Amino acid sequence: MTVPLNANADVSGSADDDVLVRVENLVKYFPVRAGGLIQRTVGQVHAVDDVSLSIPRGKTLGLVGETGSGKSTLARCVAGLIPVTAGRVTFEGRDITNLSRRAMRPMRRSIQMIFQDPYSSLNPRRRVGAIIGDPFAIHKTATGSERKRQVQELMERVGLNPEHYNRFPAEFSGGQRQRIGVARALALRPLLIICDEPVSALDVSIQAQVLNLLADLQRDYGLTYLFIAHDLEVVRHVSDSVSVMYLGRIAEAGPKDNVYGSPRHPYTTALMSAAPAADPDTAASRQRIVLVGDVPSPIDPPSGCRFHPRCPKAQPLCSETEPQLEVKAGDPATHVTACHFPVKAGENLAAAGRSELS
Amino acid sequence: MSIGGIEVQGREAVAAEAFLDVANVEGRSQWQLTWRRLRQDKVAMASLAVIVIMVVLAIIAPAFVSITHHPPNFAYPNTGETVAGNPVGPGTAGFWLGTDGTGRDLFIRILYGARISLFVGFVTTAIGVLAGVSVGLIAGYFGGVVDTILARFTDAVLAFPYIVLALSLAVVIGPSLTVIIGVIAFFSWAAIARIVRGQTLSIKEKEYIEAARSLGAGPFRIMFLDILPNLLAPVLVIATLYIPTAVVFEATLSYLGLGIQPPTASWGNILSDAQNFYQVAWWYVVFPAAALLITTLAFNLLGDGIRDAMDPRTERVFAAGRGRRRRDTRRKLADDSGTVDMSRVAPSIPPAGSN
Repeated sequence: MTVPLNANADVSGSADDDVLVRVENLVKYFPVRAGGLIQRTVGQVHAVDDVSLSIPRGKTLGLVGETGSGKSTLARCVAGLIPVTAGRVTFEGRDITNLSRRAMRPMRRSIQMIFQDPYSSLNPRRRVGAIIGDPFAIHKTATGSERKRQVQELMERVGLNPEHYNRFPAEFSGGQRQRIGVARALALRPLLIICDEPVSALDVSIQAQVLNLLADLQRDYGLTYLFIAHDLEVVRHVSDSVSVMYLGRIAEAGPKDNVYGSPRHPYTTALMSAAPAADPDTAASRQRIVLVGDVPSPIDPPSGCRFHPRCPKAQPLCSETEPQLEVKAGDPATHVTACHFPVKAGENLAAAGRSELS
Repeated sequence: MSIGGIEVQGREAVAAEAFLDVANVEGRSQWQLTWRRLRQDKVAMASLAVIVIMVVLAIIAPAFVSITHHPPNFAYPNTGETVAGNPVGPGTAGFWLGTDGTGRDLFIRILYGARISLFVGFVTTAIGVLAGVSVGLIAGYFGGVVDTILARFTDAVLAFPYIVLALSLAVVIGPSLTVIIGVIAFFSWAAIARIVRGQTLSIKEKEYIEAARSLGAGPFRIMFLDILPNLLAPVLVIATLYIPTAVVFEATLSYLGLGIQPPTASWGNILSDAQNFYQVAWWYVVFPAAALLITTLAFNLLGDGIRDAMDPRTERVFAAGRGRRRRDTRRKLADDSGTVDMSRVAPSIPPAGSN
């Protein structure tokens, strides 16, 4: 059971001690600097703003959202790669927020990352054996022939030919490169793997292979995934629960079937309607909700609900009061939505949007 | 596992053996690829041969002394000078390339000069590359205040009138090999640091650096294991092009009398002495100048060849219009490096004839 929490719901949620990683009210602002010699901060990019979520051990949380919604920033905060502005990240009950590199080091074994671009995430000048062997070298867990043996075992485990130990990344295809990235992340037997759009850069046929590999590994090693993607179908395939992000905030979160089956947030609904359908009949019968305008600037996010300038259902209240993540009528306690006027089952948002425009 | 598993393993082993050659060919590193391309470059290979011959001659110089029985600093007033006290020409009285102004064997002195010149060239380049790469990596990787301080210092060194400093140091401390090496090295690291810093800035944004950090790698591991291998190509090219610059710089200082001091031979001080005799002894100017010219030219052409070989894209562009265009572009590249990079480090004075 995944309970994405806001601050209020946190007390009830913390009773669940099978939560592997918990993010509480995480805030990450990037300063916008100007001026030549003397730099001054002229603004903040609100990359992640008050986000809470938790992932139970052995489960997968899918994080969806458009480019610029703060998904990757959130992932890097959880992985401890960038300092957090405010909020808390706990791992197995331990506060790991803003640990120094030295203090974070033992945690690195438990938290690993798979990166989006299999071309830029592997050093082109190093051999595959050295790349996958890096975790062993850094944490001094294996040396010499023992390291080589373990690396070749990992290569075999992720479906690579161990004979290719001495090759360079350039000699592998995109899918194989991503397998190298998976092997590297797997080397230290982590508990949590943060997958930052691990298949976005791959062909569809290869995507399925890598996703199946990730699923196999989860089953065999009891891995927990934080899975980030903008592809709704991919997230639906891999996740146990889903959080939808918009402009640094969570718009809607809940078990996969609930969020996909009866989306409550107009943004979620719009996203779902925009996803291409494989079946032409479904595609033809579906009404697309076309969102007007662009994603607003995260430097100066809209007041109230951040989605209100583009929302077909927006009311004056939406621009004044920020909606909290709450359980909406008819939803299970695990399905929360940040919306004043949640979408009801059967409601036609496309029609609403059109009538308002015309 | 089962017998079937063993069977498969056995088959794989056979297959692996059969494909061993293929695997070796495919497992080529960047250096192997570069070497393959470089080998097809006739100019670069000829330059490499010239350099190797020069280095070997310099190393085995004492062997020539035992053949000719002419120690480098030994004057032969009777056989090595004419009645008027001028040098004798090539081939006279066992002096293969003639003698110098004081009746010493010019060939032997050029060989011993090569030892000094090449030693200074290699050592100062090594120091300059080490220092430049370190400073550039640290400035680029850490950024912030560290970068500001190091980058400003680099700029200051680049802006410094090096010849003035070199001359005043030589005067104040007194000319010696150590001072020369120190001065040349001090002025050669800055340009390297600047290039390395720029490259580091771009490489550190790559995802594989983030991947290394997510594995828990420390800054120095990242700098030297992840960033440095990506910098070796440009650094090797710069280093090859710096060696001749250092050689010329040393010759300049020695020519001005502030470098290697007589009686120790150096190409610079041989040429300096030759000024007084060039009207009566052409060989006295031509041979040391030729040695200097051939050496620097060979290093420069080799550097260009390495640069071409390192960058497969240039190669492909050239391959389309082989011949003239290739050579033109090459010349353009050489000119660029000669005027932009090199002029900052050492003066490109013509070795002879300007005086």
